[in-house]
Amino acid sequence: MQYSNTQATTYNDTVVRQFSIMAVVWGVVGMLVGVIIAAQLVWPELNFGLPWTSFGRLRPLHTNAVIFAFGGCTLFATSYYVVQRTCHVSLFYSKLASFTFWGWQAVIVAAAISLPLGYTTGKEYAELEWPIDILIALVWISYAIVFFGTIGTRKVKHIYVANWFFGAFILAVALLHIVNSAEMPVGFMKSYSAYAGVQDAMVQWWYGHNAVGFFLTAGFLGIMYYFVPKQAERPVYSYSLSIVHFWALIFTYMWAGPHHLHYTALPDWTQSLGMVFSLILLAPSWGGMINGMMTMSGAWHKLRTDPILRFLIVSLSFYGMSTFEGPMMAIKTVNSLSHYTDWTVGHVHSGALGWVGLVSMGALYYLVPRLFGKKQMHSMQAIELHFWLATVGIVLYIAALWIAGVMEGLMWRAINADGTLAYTFVESVKAKQPYYMIRLLGGVLYLSGMVIMLWNVLKTATNCKPALASIPPVAAHT
Amino acid sequence: MTDFNNGFWPIFIAVTSLIGIFGCALLLWLTSKIKVISKDGDNTSGHVWDEDLREMNNPLPLWWMWLFVITIVFSLLYLVVYPGLASYKGKFGWTQVNQYQQEVERANEELKPLYAKFVNMPVDVLASNAEAKAIGERLFMNNCSQCHGSDARGSRGFPNLTDHDWIFGGSPEKILETITNGRNGMMPPMAAMVGSEDDVKNVANYVLSLSSSAHDAARAKLGKEKFASCAACHGPEGGGNQAIGAPNLADNIWLHGAGEASIIKRINEGKINQMPAQTAKLTPEQLQVLAAYVWGLSNKASK
Repeated sequence: MQYSNTQATTYNDTVVRQFSIMAVVWGVVGMLVGVIIAAQLVWPELNFGLPWTSFGRLRPLHTNAVIFAFGGCTLFATSYYVVQRTCHVSLFYSKLASFTFWGWQAVIVAAAISLPLGYTTGKEYAELEWPIDILIALVWISYAIVFFGTIGTRKVKHIYVANWFFGAFILAVALLHIVNSAEMPVGFMKSYSAYAGVQDAMVQWWYGHNAVGFFLTAGFLGIMYYFVPKQAERPVYSYSLSIVHFWALIFTYMWAGPHHLHYTALPDWTQSLGMVFSLILLAPSWGGMINGMMTMSGAWHKLRTDPILRFLIVSLSFYGMSTFEGPMMAIKTVNSLSHYTDWTVGHVHSGALGWVGLVSMGALYYLVPRLFGKKQMHSMQAIELHFWLATVGIVLYIAALWIAGVMEGLMWRAINADGTLAYTFVESVKAKQPYYMIRLLGGVLYLSGMVIMLWNVLKTATNCKPALASIPPVAAHT
Repeated sequence: MTDFNNGFWPIFIAVTSLIGIFGCALLLWLTSKIKVISKDGDNTSGHVWDEDLREMNNPLPLWWMWLFVITIVFSLLYLVVYPGLASYKGKFGWTQVNQYQQEVERANEELKPLYAKFVNMPVDVLASNAEAKAIGERLFMNNCSQCHGSDARGSRGFPNLTDHDWIFGGSPEKILETITNGRNGMMPPMAAMVGSEDDVKNVANYVLSLSSSAHDAARAKLGKEKFASCAACHGPEGGGNQAIGAPNLADNIWLHGAGEASIIKRINEGKINQMPAQTAKLTPEQLQVLAAYVWGLSNKASK
């Protein structure tokens, strides 16, 4: 049977262009909201006493915008680009691909309206209410059809490693979203979870941790596996390492969720299993870093002149750092200090700003000129500037929150001789203020880099016509 | 209570967990055995995608394999020692509840000598003891200030503890009782008993007149008769009843808001207000010191 996408002579890059531009736009929006709420933590007056602008409503707006709008659009753009190039066919069912773009934008706009209005399920990273949940499910199933349809109609025998990761990400996110969002609607924009008590908490953190594992790790490893070897012009370091770390990573991540619920009503045995599988996760996570880093062997000198490659490689360093920190924080003894402190927030951002952010920016800087028929971005100097603003911003951000987190953890557990706490809660909040300011500064630097990127992308995109990329002949596969 | 409702699940969980861990080890071992000989002699797998994407056949880094093995061995040992394989309790029989109870017991044991000297002191003496006062203040900051405020002056819904207006009584014994067991304040919705909407408004104005607050005198006069249904708890003069926690309405202190509208709302909707019991968090000696501190906020301690 012949599918129309296998007859096409050019790749479908329209949807890739759309997602790429929107990734940068939503990146600026999401990070701007992040900077606003970071400022609210320093100066509470910035809540303006209004429910719509209060921290509690803007914080989920920030997380949803950066994860699902910025990260999501980047993943759609790169996976659609990569799956076509590595299968040597155009996208399967391009109308459905187009639906995923408009559907996903509708989800983002609905989130941006409903969250400030106070509609929320109260589940972290799954706050959106049931009508939006249904739209997400429809878009995601369409995404899976387009992606796996393209894989199924490929003209090369072997499936490239980037596609394993994209495929695992798409399947796992469908599973996570549908199971965790199971809820009973009681009205338009109001529902109750299908689970109760500690089961609800466990399902939520099974979802929450695997959103990190599959959305923010497996998906972005897919990006890494295409764009690092392409930009470095070197082969991937080790095929067998790809195999072990892929299977071990996707298997082990599924067990790690309970480390978010140490010392809670969750049974002891569940907590222990979550902890040991989080530790086992260290080596599989690092497998991806090693494979990316070692791909550079023979091309390290390129880092001196190529800012795009620098984005990609520094992102891998942050990936390695936060996937070491994660298993350490999953150990119960460490967790009893770090849990509920800003250390957790710092950890998340070393992964989010350092790994997810930088690898996305590197990939988009690679993509945008090619999508618009240009040799390179409008300004390479602006990329250079963006790199340094982002890197300095991340270092300030995470160093400030490490100090603030460990400090407040120690303050909370300090005890007087009479058995009372040495510090009241508000004293620990006050002690954090200078570090909150440094964190805000880090966020401002990171955001300003993103604004420069938006300018650079718009300059590149508006100066020329969209490019038509023809599908090259298939090279040898044995 | 067991976590499982039948014998199948613990076995399923333990077996699946062990298969998972040993599966990781097996995957690592099998993959490390694979030796690929490159046909083109360039150490790549021979696959090419998108014109120039290739992958090499480099072996797994040895240090990385050891890292993987160490985490697996550690995990297996951890699951022998600690509870993890479903209903298996672990070698030490450790539980988080036991750990907590042991820590609390040890702390209480250490605190005993410090508090021993306070046990037999009467509250008014305790309230003037500098050491007890300092401890009492810290206990208050840890456990009470969240609702009653760092200055103990309360806010809407949370009583001021520095005045002489006590809902359940201000004697040292009553304060200790309140802190130890908590309190449940409950006023039922009274609109149906009072009568029409107009009657409710009249009663509200009568209540305002009791403390000589600004009110409509004509309405207050009409409301006086209807106040009878309120008097059952708040007393004929609105002086309150500490035995059942009915607040004094005549002292111009308004826990849930002053003015006609707030009072009408209370008559229509009633109010449930709760102070949580502290007995599980503090030792009897700490409760005693804390009660003395709170009493001392509004009473002059004797020398």
